[in-house]
Amino acid sequence: MSEDLFQGYKGEALDLLKKYHVRVWGHAVINTTRGKFEGTVLPRSENDDDKHIVLKIITGYNVGVDVSTVQDMKEAGYKKANYAIPEKEFPYTENLPHVKLFGTGGTIASRLDYRTGAVIPAFSPGELYGAVPELADICNLDTEKVFAVFSENMGPKQYMSLAKAIGKEIENGIDGIVIGHGTDTLHHTGAALTFMCQNLPVPVILVGSQRSSDRPSSDAALNLMHAMKAAAESDIAEVQVCMFGPTSDEYGLLHKGTRVRKMHSSYRSTFRTIGDTPLAMISRTKITPIKKIYNKRRSDKNVVIKPYFEDKVTMLYYYPGMSADILDSMVDLGYKGIIIIGTGLGHVNKELYPAIERAQKKGVHMFMTLQTIWGYVQMFVYDTGRDMMAKGIIPLGNMLPEVAFIKLGWVLGQTNDHEEVKAMMLEPINDEITEREPYNGYLVYQGGVPEVEEFIKKVHK
Amino acid sequence: MKKAFDPIRNYQETIKKAGYVPRKEASQEDYDRIGFMSGLEVHQQLLTKRKLFCHCPAGVYNSDDDYDAEILRHMRPTLSELGEYDGTALMEFKTRKNITYRLNNDSACTYDVDDTPPFIINKEALEIALEISMLSKLNIVGEVHITRKQYLDGSIPAGFQRTAILGVEGVVPISNKDIRLIQLSIEEDSCREISDIGHERVYKTDRLGMPLIETVTYPDCVNPDEVKETCDYIRFLNRSTDKVRTGMGAARQDVNVSCKGGSRVEIKGVAHTKWIPELTHNEAFRQWSLLLIRDELNKQFKSKDEWKMDYTRLEYDAFSINHPPIKLAKANGDHLYVVKLPGFNGILSHFTQPGKCFADEIADRLKVIACIEKPNMVHTEMAKPVITGADLEIISSIMITDQEKDALVIFWAPKDDVKTALETIEERCQMAFDGVPEETRKSFEDGSTIFERVLPGADRMYPDTDSAPIPLSNEYIDTLGNQLPIDVSERFKQLRDWKIPADTYQYILRKNLVPVIEDIIESLDYTPQYIGTFIGQTLKYVEGHFKQAIDFNYSQLTSMFRFIQEEKLEKEIAKWMLSHLYEHPNMDFQSILETIKFKRSTEEAIMKNVPLLIEKYKKEGRKQCKTAEKDWIAGQLRKQAIGNMNMKTLANNIEALNK
Repeated sequence: MSEDLFQGYKGEALDLLKKYHVRVWGHAVINTTRGKFEGTVLPRSENDDDKHIVLKIITGYNVGVDVSTVQDMKEAGYKKANYAIPEKEFPYTENLPHVKLFGTGGTIASRLDYRTGAVIPAFSPGELYGAVPELADICNLDTEKVFAVFSENMGPKQYMSLAKAIGKEIENGIDGIVIGHGTDTLHHTGAALTFMCQNLPVPVILVGSQRSSDRPSSDAALNLMHAMKAAAESDIAEVQVCMFGPTSDEYGLLHKGTRVRKMHSSYRSTFRTIGDTPLAMISRTKITPIKKIYNKRRSDKNVVIKPYFEDKVTMLYYYPGMSADILDSMVDLGYKGIIIIGTGLGHVNKELYPAIERAQKKGVHMFMTLQTIWGYVQMFVYDTGRDMMAKGIIPLGNMLPEVAFIKLGWVLGQTNDHEEVKAMMLEPINDEITEREPYNGYLVYQGGVPEVEEFIKKVHK
Repeated sequence: MKKAFDPIRNYQETIKKAGYVPRKEASQEDYDRIGFMSGLEVHQQLLTKRKLFCHCPAGVYNSDDDYDAEILRHMRPTLSELGEYDGTALMEFKTRKNITYRLNNDSACTYDVDDTPPFIINKEALEIALEISMLSKLNIVGEVHITRKQYLDGSIPAGFQRTAILGVEGVVPISNKDIRLIQLSIEEDSCREISDIGHERVYKTDRLGMPLIETVTYPDCVNPDEVKETCDYIRFLNRSTDKVRTGMGAARQDVNVSCKGGSRVEIKGVAHTKWIPELTHNEAFRQWSLLLIRDELNKQFKSKDEWKMDYTRLEYDAFSINHPPIKLAKANGDHLYVVKLPGFNGILSHFTQPGKCFADEIADRLKVIACIEKPNMVHTEMAKPVITGADLEIISSIMITDQEKDALVIFWAPKDDVKTALETIEERCQMAFDGVPEETRKSFEDGSTIFERVLPGADRMYPDTDSAPIPLSNEYIDTLGNQLPIDVSERFKQLRDWKIPADTYQYILRKNLVPVIEDIIESLDYTPQYIGTFIGQTLKYVEGHFKQAIDFNYSQLTSMFRFIQEEKLEKEIAKWMLSHLYEHPNMDFQSILETIKFKRSTEEAIMKNVPLLIEKYKKEGRKQCKTAEKDWIAGQLRKQAIGNMNMKTLANNIEALNK
C-alpha cells in the first residue's frame, strides 16, 4: 500500500492540498485573504471538518487555515516527524525479582494518534524504561503486548486470553505479573481474572492511569512504579488493582479485584474498594498492609486457570416505571443470565412480575444487586422482595453489580444447571460477597461539614 | 615573588574590557557596537467573569494561608508532538521538586488541578482576545487549535498550559518605526508562587486558569528605550478595548534580549515598563561579557571537550574555616566539596552585571537546579576571600592546583543533591566555552537578573487531545471587526492635534481616557486641550494622592463638567471639586461646592475689593513693586474668584486697575 500523503484530509481541504502539491509534513507557505501563514502541514483528525488545513507554525503552536480563504500555497520543504519514546534496553539486575508486564492498551503508555486526535497505546520494555527509568531499580522486566484495545473494548475474549497468558507465565516461574490496562473497565477485568485465575502463587496487578503519560502531571509513571513494586515484592498473591490513593502523588492503594470500582470519571484517585478496606497501601519505598487476611505468596506453581465465559449474560438497570417489555426482549433475544440492579435493598416494581415469571419459566438465571453500590441486598424486609425471590430472583449479598455480571458469565460458561449456578454464584471465590461490612467500609464524606473540611485541609486529597 | 591575584582589580579591568557604560551614559553607538537586539512577550489578563476553561470566577484572590485543601504533585518530562524532549523539562525534572498546591473553594475547582477535563473555551475571553488581535493587525487564523505548552516548574498543576494562537504576523507602530509581531495567543494564567525552598515549592491556585493573552514581537528593538516604548504601545492597545484587567499583576511582560554573537535570553515577569530599559541594557552587556569569557577560555583550551573539572569531598575537621555558612552547613550535615576549574583563574571574578561576576552564574544555578539555598559556595576569587593561608594550602595539597591558572569552588549540599550540584557546575562551565546559555532570568528592580530556567523551545508544545478545534468564520471575524475601538496610533495623533502636553500621554493612554475626553468635549463647551490637560495632570495628581471610592468611574467627570457649565461656573472650580468627587462620587455637586466653601459671587463684586487691597499693600507690602503687588492682590482674591471668574481675567483686571 502506498503511503498516505494526506493523512486525515478529505473533501475541500484534500482537493486543495492536491491542487497545490502540498503533503502532510510538508512545509507550506499559504497566502490567504487573512494574510500569510507558514508552517508544517499536520495530519488532520478524521472527525474534524474538511474546511481547514492544520499547520504547526515555527513557534510550535498549531493553527488551522480556512480553505475558503486560501489564494495560493506552495510546499517549501518536507520533514516527517518521528514520534518515538526514546528506547533504551531495559537493564538486567542480578537478584531483582522478575516481573512480566502484559500490555492491553489504555493510557498507561500512550502516544498521539492524528487519525482520531486521541492518544493511542505505545508500549515496549525499552519505551517504558525510556519514560520511567526508575522501574529498573524495582525489578527485571519483560513485556508482552497481548492485544492493544481501549479499556471499553476489553471483553470476555480478552479476559480468557489474559488468564491463559498468566497461567503460562506462572508455569515459567515468574515472580509477579503486571497488566497495563485502560481504567474504564479495570474493575471488570479485575473480577474476571480473580475468577479465572484461582489459587495464585504470585501477585497479579492491574494498573492504568487516569492522565495519559503524554502529560507531565500524569499518574502513569508512579502507578507503574507502585504496580511493579507490588508484583515484585508484595506478599499478597491475589488479583489486585493498583491505582492512586489520594489525587496527590503520594501513595497508591492495592484493591481486591472483586471489590474495587471506578468511582469518578476523571479523578486520579478514582478507584475505591467498596464495602471493605483496600488490601494495602503502597509507596515507592514500602508496602503497608491494611487487611490482615489475604492469600499469601507461595513458591509453587499450582495456579488453576479457568478460562470460561458465556456471552449471553446481561444487566438490567431498573428505573421507576420500567415496563416489562424490556425484560421480555432480553429473554426473547436468548439471554441466559440477567443481573438485575434494583433500587434500595433490591427492588423492582410489580409491573415486571409477569415478565420475571416468564423469564423464570424459560430457565433464565436472575440475580439481584444494588444501585446503592454500598450495602447488602435484603429481600425479606418488604413484600416485593419476598415476591421476587418466589419468582426465582436470587439476592447476591453485597456483590457489586459489575462483578456479579462477570461472575455470572464465568459461571454460565461452565454450567447451565440452575442449582449449580446458584451455588457457584453464592460461594465467594475471593470476597465478592463478604460476611460482614466493617464500619470503615462505607466512607463517602460530605463536603462542607466542618469536621470534613478540617480533615481535607490537613490531609492531602 | 609572584604577585597575588587581585579579584577586585580583575573585576574592574573586565568592566573596562567589556566597554560597559551605565545606561544614562550609553549612546546608540554603544548599543550598535554590541549589537543590542530585543523583543517582547506582553501578557495581559482579560476582564471576564469566569476562568478560561472552567466555570470558576476570575479575579477572586486569596491570601497565602487562606486555603481549603492541599494536593501534591511531581512533574515528569514528556515528548513533544514531534517526538522531542524539551530542555527546560529535563532541567526541572532534575530538581526533584515536591510541588504543593493550595486550593480555595472560592477560586479553584477540580479542573484547576487537572482532575477534571476542560470545559469549552470561554467565549467572552475568546472575543476580547480576537478584538485585540485585530487591533494588532494580525492575520487571524481560520481555526483555533488548543495546544498544551509544558511547564514543569509546577506553575500549572497539569504540567502544561492550554494555549492557542489567534493571529500571526502583525505590527505595532512606535514613534520612529514599525515593530513586527510574531503572534498573539490566548492562554490560561498560572499559579502564584508562595515559596520555593530546597525541594519544596508551594503555589496557590487562585489566579490559575484566568484568561490571559500574550503578544509576541520580533526582536526589532535596537535600544532599551525602544523596548519600553513598544511595550507601552502594546499595553495601551490592550487597554483601549476597556475589556482587560488592570492593577497589580494584570499586565506583565517577558523581555527577550541578545547581543551580537549572544543568545536569546528571556527576562521573565517584568512588572513595570519603567524597569525595562535598565534590565535590557544590563542583559546585553552581560552577554557581551560572557562572550569575552568564551574567547578567554577558548584561547586556553582547544575545545570544551578537552576541559575537565576535578572534585573531591572535604572533611570539615581538616580546616579552620570560620565562614559562618560553612559552619552552618557542617551543623546541617551537608557534604562539603572542592571543585577545581582548570583555566578559570580570572574568570570567576569576571564582570557580568553591575555588582555581579561569573561565579554568581554558578551559584544561581546551584540554587535553582540543585535546590541548594544560597549562600551555597565560596571560591578563590571573592572580593573578601574566605579560603586563605593555611586552609588554601591544605586544599591545594588535596587538590593539586595551578594557582595562576585554576580556580577553586567549594560548595556544600545535602548528600542527595551533590550529584546534581556537580553536574550543574560542570555544565555551566562547559557552557562558558560556547558563550551565552539560552535561559530565562528573573528580574529585580535594580536592573539585575538571576538564572531562573533553561529557555524552553518549540519542543514543549503538544496538541490538546481534550479539546476540538474552533473554526472562526469570516462572518464572525467581520462582526467582531465592526466593534473595534480606535487605533492607539490614532489616539497619539489626537492628543498631539489637541496640543495636550506630551508628558501626559502615558497616563491618558494607560488609563484609556481619550474616550472620556471625547465624551466631555462632544457634549459640552470645553476645548480638548483644556480637558486633556486637566485629565492628564489634575486627575493623575488626584489619583496619586487620594483614595478612590469603589463606585467612582471616569464618566462622572462628564457630569461634573456639565454641572459646572450649567451652573455657569468658571472651569477652574473643577480642580477643587475633583478630589471630593473622587473620594465621594455619590455626593451631589452642590454639596461638593459647600464642602470646598464656595460662595457664589460676580466679577463685579470681586473687583470691587481691588482698590482697598491696593491701599493695604501700599501700607503693608514688603516689596514695593508692581508685579509683587499684583500677585499679592490676586492671591487675596483667588479664593473668592475660583469658580466665579476666570483667573486670567482677574489678573488682567487687577493690572488694569493698578496702572
